[in-house]
Amino acid sequence: MSARRRPDRAFIALTSSASVVMVATIVAIGVFLVVQAVPSLQDNTTSFLTTKQFLPEADHPSFGVAVLVTGTVLTSLLAMVLAVPVALGVAVFVTQYAPRRLAGLFGGLVDLLAAVPSVVYGLWGLAFLNKHLQPFNAGVHEHLGWFPLFGDTGGRYSKSILLAGLVLAIMVLPIIAALAREVMLQVPTSQTEGALALGATRWESIRLAVLPPSWPGITSAIMLGLGRALGETIAVALVLGTTPALTARILGPGGNTIAANIAAKFGEYAQAGRGALVATGLVLFVMTFAVNALARGIVIRSARRRLA
Amino acid sequence: MTASLSASRAAKLGGLALVGALAVTGCNADSNTASTTGSKISCATGSLKGAGSTFQKNIVAQWIKDYSAACKGANLDYQGIGSGAGIKQFGSGTIDFAGSDSTMKDDEQKAADTQCGSPALHLPITAGGIAIAYNLPSVTDLQLSPSTIAGIFQGTVKTWDAQAVKDDNPGTTLPSTAITAVHRDDSSGTTSVFSKFLDATAKADWKLGTGKELKWPASIQGAAKSDGVTQAVAAAEGGVTYVEQSFVETGGLHAAKVKNGAGEFTALTTASVTSALAGATLPGTGNDLKVGYDFTAATAGAYPITAVSYEIVCSTAKDATKQALLKSFLTYAAGKGQDSAAAAGFAPLPSTMATRVQTVIKALA
Repeated sequence: MSARRRPDRAFIALTSSASVVMVATIVAIGVFLVVQAVPSLQDNTTSFLTTKQFLPEADHPSFGVAVLVTGTVLTSLLAMVLAVPVALGVAVFVTQYAPRRLAGLFGGLVDLLAAVPSVVYGLWGLAFLNKHLQPFNAGVHEHLGWFPLFGDTGGRYSKSILLAGLVLAIMVLPIIAALAREVMLQVPTSQTEGALALGATRWESIRLAVLPPSWPGITSAIMLGLGRALGETIAVALVLGTTPALTARILGPGGNTIAANIAAKFGEYAQAGRGALVATGLVLFVMTFAVNALARGIVIRSARRRLA
Repeated sequence: MTASLSASRAAKLGGLALVGALAVTGCNADSNTASTTGSKISCATGSLKGAGSTFQKNIVAQWIKDYSAACKGANLDYQGIGSGAGIKQFGSGTIDFAGSDSTMKDDEQKAADTQCGSPALHLPITAGGIAIAYNLPSVTDLQLSPSTIAGIFQGTVKTWDAQAVKDDNPGTTLPSTAITAVHRDDSSGTTSVFSKFLDATAKADWKLGTGKELKWPASIQGAAKSDGVTQAVAAAEGGVTYVEQSFVETGGLHAAKVKNGAGEFTALTTASVTSALAGATLPGTGNDLKVGYDFTAATAGAYPITAVSYEIVCSTAKDATKQALLKSFLTYAAGKGQDSAAAAGFAPLPSTMATRVQTVIKALA
């Protein structure tokens, strides 16, 4: 009896200490961020939440997250709008339509995209995509300039917000596609076959038998992708032309993101500047927490609804 | 024609990325060993650590490479972490010398003196011009006056055929391309020199003050590091930025001729930077060689946006072995090492200044 319980106890101790370490790490990170950020925040002469400039090492430090937060949210949302439909299309195609051999090849290629380092996407975006996107941006502004998102950017189309969104979209696409594919593969084939047997078309069987049970998983996949987009550093730092302005004109450069701002400035800053950057990191920390909580909420709610 | 042009641009961008990667790993691709012969260096051994200015990083890396090749048993290291950070590390005693593009502030000087146990000295070691690099395929000999540059970087001069640019370039056909001005997004000594230049020469037009970071208007976009601004300009027709001379060529850009205090539009060359420094002043006596450089000086043939970079050292160090190696290394750098300056995108110090620096190096103990 006790011979069986001893390994059990050891195992429990091991796993519980692992989870304690895990939680303690997150708490320690939070505490570290706060401790580092507070002195700089106290020296800030303007509001941290509404200031657009980021000048923490000036004689009268003045910095804020207004531009950084909106820029982070804007580029990430843009990325999700561009990536999610494509990623779901890929997942549905690979699991439902493609012949088995093609599906394997296709899935492997998508997974390969996820393994490309972000700096490669950044350099590619800057050296190649940027050149080809500029005439496109100019054309869109010329014909659809009345739409607020496509408004006048002073003739500047290089390193646009759209470019950043596009590069981010390509980066999060494989994550969402791969996870959504795994989720859809979990749906028992008997369900789709049942739907087909009842006379449903292929698309109807996907809509009725595959997508509804997959939604919680797909939601998690989207949130994971969003998490990567929010925190992406070097690719955005390379492709986005930054300005200290609140702008939603996506065809030109503008704004900045929290992670890219940290990557660009951390090296040269002394104590005061680093504290200010850590404060922005804290904001990003809270934002990703909120996104995760939202995702969990959605997953739990839809799971409950399915049970009810 | 356009296809081949853009292909070469892409190749240059690729090369730029490669240069960046090499810089990160600390390698130096161009092997400029012609200038040095081992016999001319009086070697010392030991290990020495320096850090600071990223501006002088490439030339110091070249010196270290050449010195190490000639002197076995000497182990030198220089990290480009920024002037401010270098001065801080020097003040806390973690490095043996600091590289800096500006002179120390009073509190920094005090910390450095305390750490050394003797006065810490500024030694001008190299100089370089800051280019106004632009991307306009149809214009290869652009001329700009300080007040036009101030207008461009404050967003008041918006297109390349604006009146201010036309006035600087009589007889040149200018395109109506929008100006995409790019500034350093990170805290940078280059921004500091650039803003000091405009503050001195275009006082009436330049409203952004001076400093390593400025309150840029929203129409001027930022990019991180010298690589970043160069790539941003290379990527946008009509782009313009201020950047160290060595980046102009790697980015496939042109550098504008800038109007100096004598009223001449001068190209950025090794010679024009050296002539600008010939007009600079050194303190009459003493070993702390802070250079007085006047951006508005009417020196013929001088390129005005010129910056001096210093090594900061202890006049008497606690560790005699390290100081012997530092003396040997600096003697080489301020002497024979000046010959490698041009190839690395820097300008050699004028001979009077170099002689004065050598005198101070001899007096180090």
